[in-house]
Amino acid sequence: MRDLLQRLQRWAERRLPALTRYRRPESLPIELHRRRIYIVPTGFGLGFSVLLLVMLVGALNYANNAALLLTCLLGAASAASMLVAFRSLDGLRLGHIRAGHAVAGQPLELTLTFDSGRPRNAIRVDLDDRTIAFALNGRASTHVKLALPTAQRGWQPLPRLRVWTSWPLGLFRAWSWLHPEQSVLVWPRAETAGPQPHAPADDARHMRLHRGDELAALRDYRAGDPQRHIAWKASARHENLLVKDFEQPQSRPQWQLDWRRLGGLDNEARIARLARWLNEAQAQRGHYSLWLPGNEIPGGSGPLHYAHCMSALAQLP
Amino acid sequence: MTSPPARLPRERPIDARAFDLLSLTMALVLGLHSPHLPWWLGGALALILGWRWWQRRRQAGRVPRWLKLPLLVLLTLAVIVQYGNIFGREPGTALAVGLLILKLLETETARDVRVGISFACFALMAALLFDQGLIATVVVALGLLPALATLRALEPGQLPSSLPRALLPGLALSAAALPLALLAFLLVPRLSSPLWGAPSQDQARTGLGDSMTPGNFTDLLTDDHPAMRVSFDGAPPPPDRRYFRAYVMWNFDGRSWRQLDPRYAPPRQPAPLEVASSIRYQISLQPTRRRVLPMLDVPLQAPAQATLQADHEVMADKPVNDQLNYAARSALQYRLQPSLDERSRRLGLRLPADFNPRTHALAAQWRQRYGGDDAAIVQAALGLFHDGGFRYTLAPAPLGRDSVDDFLFDTHEGFCEHYSSAFTVLMRAAGIPARVVTGYQGGYWNKYGNYLLVRYSDAHAWSEVWLAGRGWVRVDPTGAVRPERVSLGAAAAAGDQLSWYRNDWLQGLRNRWDIVNRWWDQGVIGFDALRQRGLLTPFGIRDADTATLGVLLAISSVLFIAIGLAWALLRRQPRDPLRGALRELERKLARKGIARRPAEGPQHYLSRAARALPGQRDELASLMRSYLELRYAHDEPPTEPLRAFLHAVRDFRIVNVVK
Repeated sequence: MRDLLQRLQRWAERRLPALTRYRRPESLPIELHRRRIYIVPTGFGLGFSVLLLVMLVGALNYANNAALLLTCLLGAASAASMLVAFRSLDGLRLGHIRAGHAVAGQPLELTLTFDSGRPRNAIRVDLDDRTIAFALNGRASTHVKLALPTAQRGWQPLPRLRVWTSWPLGLFRAWSWLHPEQSVLVWPRAETAGPQPHAPADDARHMRLHRGDELAALRDYRAGDPQRHIAWKASARHENLLVKDFEQPQSRPQWQLDWRRLGGLDNEARIARLARWLNEAQAQRGHYSLWLPGNEIPGGSGPLHYAHCMSALAQLP
Repeated sequence: MTSPPARLPRERPIDARAFDLLSLTMALVLGLHSPHLPWWLGGALALILGWRWWQRRRQAGRVPRWLKLPLLVLLTLAVIVQYGNIFGREPGTALAVGLLILKLLETETARDVRVGISFACFALMAALLFDQGLIATVVVALGLLPALATLRALEPGQLPSSLPRALLPGLALSAAALPLALLAFLLVPRLSSPLWGAPSQDQARTGLGDSMTPGNFTDLLTDDHPAMRVSFDGAPPPPDRRYFRAYVMWNFDGRSWRQLDPRYAPPRQPAPLEVASSIRYQISLQPTRRRVLPMLDVPLQAPAQATLQADHEVMADKPVNDQLNYAARSALQYRLQPSLDERSRRLGLRLPADFNPRTHALAAQWRQRYGGDDAAIVQAALGLFHDGGFRYTLAPAPLGRDSVDDFLFDTHEGFCEHYSSAFTVLMRAAGIPARVVTGYQGGYWNKYGNYLLVRYSDAHAWSEVWLAGRGWVRVDPTGAVRPERVSLGAAAAAGDQLSWYRNDWLQGLRNRWDIVNRWWDQGVIGFDALRQRGLLTPFGIRDADTATLGVLLAISSVLFIAIGLAWALLRRQPRDPLRGALRELERKLARKGIARRPAEGPQHYLSRAARALPGQRDELASLMRSYLELRYAHDEPPTEPLRAFLHAVRDFRIVNVVK
C-alpha cells in the first residue's frame, strides 16, 4: 500500500510538477520566498476551528456578547498565527551543506547552514522520517546537523528536504521543499574478514628497525645512552645530563595495494577488500600506496591520504 | 551559533514549561468558575490541581488508572448529587471544569495538552455565561494568554525565554488580532431567536417582585448593582421627585400586597390624567426577567412593544431578558383620575376581615375626630409615623399575624415596605381609597456621565391615596420617619453601617467606574441586531439582513487579511550604513549643484566634486579614499574606520567660496 502510494506520488510529481510542488534540484544558496511556502491547517487546527464554531454558535444562541467577543478574539488570533507561521519561513536561507564521511550503510552527517535576518523559532527540517528542530537567533548562521542514511558507495544525490514549522500555536503548518543540487560521496563498505595483503619482496628493508634522524625532544640521561647523543650545551644550563631523543619509527609496512593482484574477484569484492586493507593500514598508521584502474595514488599516510584513497575507491565505476 | 539538535519521537513527553503554563491556565479557569461552583468542589479541584502540579514537577509520569477512574466517577456523582442532573448551565459547567482538571492527571504528551487547552478555551467562554461584566470579560481574555503560551511552549526548538516573557507574545498576537476580532464582533449576524434552550433564570438579577411582603426587600436594599440608568432631556428632576413607578398593588391579604389579578381585572383604559408639565428621558434597563418597565412618576405613553396599563404601569410584551433601552415621557405635575369610579373605590377600600383590629380602631377614632377631612387624616397618620417613636432599619423585628398592628403598636421599626403597607391599611380603614406602589426612588446623579444611576438598593415602596378633587396623590410615609431616605437613599437612611464603603472618594471612584460600566453595558452587551443595523445605516445600508452582513464580514475580513499579508511579506532590507552615508554626502553636494549622474561611479563623482570645490579638495579626496577602502577592500566594512567615515560625512560642511 505504502509502495503504491509512493509510486503514485512519483508519477504525479513527474507529470504534474506544479500541482505537487515538486521542485527540480537547484543550486545553493536557496532562499525561501512567498512563492514556495505552503500553508495548511494541522489536524489540531481543524479541531480547533470546530471548537471555535461551537463557541460562536453558543455565544450567538445565548446572545452573550462578551462570549462572542472572546470567540472573535480567539478566532482572529488563530488567523493571525497563520501569518506568523508564514513569516517564520519567509526569507529563510539555506546557505550551504557540508557533508561528512561515511561508509555505505552508515548514516552520513550533513551540516546545513541557515541564515535569517531575524530570530525564528521552531523551524523543523525533515529528512526521510527524521525531524530536527532548531531556532535561529537572527544574528549569525545556524548549523544544523542531519544524518543521511546511505546504502551504497559512490556519488549520492541529496534527497529533498522539507523545512516546516507549526509555530506559534500549532494550528497551521507552513512548509517548503528544498532540493539542493549537491551530491555526497559515500565510501565503500569494507569486507569483514579476509586475507592480509602480501608484503612486497623488499619488505625486509622496511621492517628493519632503524633510527630516525629527526630531533624529537630532550630527555634525562639514562644509563646506556650513547655519548654522542648527549646535548652538552643544553645540559650545561641544567642540573643533570640531557640526551637528544631521536624519533624511533615503528616498523611500518609499506603496503602496495594493487587492484590488479586481486584477480578472480568481482569488482565490488575487490573494492571491499581494498577498503578493508585501507582501514587496517590506517589503523596501524601505516604507509601505503594504491593502484586502481585509471588512478594511481602514490604512497603516503595520514587521514588526508586515507580519505583520498577511499574517495578514489568510492568513485570506481 | 550551533543549536543542539533535538530528535523528535512521535509522542514525546512535554517539558516542564508547557506543563507549568497548562497548570496556570487550568488554575485560572478554576478561579473564574469558583464563584458559582460549590465550595467543596472548587476546593477539591484546586487540591487535585496543586497536587498534580507538584507531582509532575518531581517526576514526569501518568497518574495510575486506579486513581483516575474513581475520581471521574466521584466527580460525576458529586455533580448529580449537587444539582440533580448533569445538563444545564450550572451542572454542565461544574462537570466541564471538573473534567478539565482531571484531564491534567493524564496529560503527558503534546496531544493531551492541545486537547486540554481547547477545552480550557471553551470553559473560559462558559465563565462569561455567568457574568459578562467588563472586569469578568477582561479577566477571561487575559486567561487566553497562558493558553496561547502553552500552545507555543509545545513547539520544539525555541530560543530560551523566561516564564513571564513567554506570556508576552500571546498578548502581542491578541493585540494584533483585536481589530479583526472587533470587526467580526460588529458584523457577525445575530440570531433572531435562540437555536436551543433559553438562558436559565438567574442570569439576571430579578430586582423588584410583583408582590410585596414587608421585610422581603432586605436583600434588594443591600444590593448595590445598577438596576437602570436614566438620562434626561434637560435638567433632571429634583431628588425628592425621582420616583420610578413599577407596580401598583391593590390586593392585601393581611400579609402581602399584590397587583390586581389579571384574571379578575378586565383590561381597562389607562386612568384619565390631566397633565400640567411633562419631562422626556431615556432609560437603560438591566435585564430583569420580568415584563415591568419602571417609569418616572406617571408615564404618558408606553414605548414600543409595551403597553400602558390602567394604573399607568408599563408592561413590555415579553420579559426583559437583555438590557433594554427605551425613551419615555412622564408627567411630574398632574391630576390622576380626578373622578374615581365605583369599582376602583371598592378595590381601594378593601381590607381582609379579622385582621389588625387595633389599626381599625385607631382609624375609626381619627375618622371620628376629623370628620370628612381626608387630608387631615393623612396628616394625622404621617404625624404618627413622625412622632410615634418609629425607627428606620433594614433589619426589623419579625411581625406576627396582625402584621400592621404589630408594627404600629409594638415593634415600631421597619423600612419603606412596613411604612407604606401600614399607612395604606390605615387609610383604607379610615375610608380613604389607597394603594401601594413599588418602584425605585432616588438614584445617584453621575455628573461626569450626565445620567442618573439607579441601583437595586434604591428600590422603594410608597402609597397613593385618592383625595377628592386631587385624584391619586403620592404619599411617602417613610419620608415622615426618615426624610433622608427620600433625599439621600436607603443606605443613608439605614444609618452609619458600612461607613467606609460610603466614603466620599470611594464613592467618587465608584461613580466614575460606573461610567465605564455603562459604556460597556450599552456598547458591548447591549449591542443587538437592532443596533447592528443602526451601525450600517450611515453607510447607506438601510436593510442589513444576514446575507448583507455576511458579505460585509467576508469583504472586510479579506481586507484585514490583506493588511496582515502585507505585514507578513514585508522584508526589511538589511541596512547598509555605508550607502546611507554616501547618500548623505550626495545630498549635501547636490545642494551646491553637484548632483551625481545616474551612470557615475563614486570615484568619478567625488573627483568631479573635488574639482568643483577646490577649497575642499583634500577633504573630499580623503572621503573618497575612505569610501573606496571601506566598500571594496573588505567583505564587511570594519567597525572603527566605518564609524570614522560616518562621522566625517556628518561633519562635512561645504564652505561657500566665491568662485
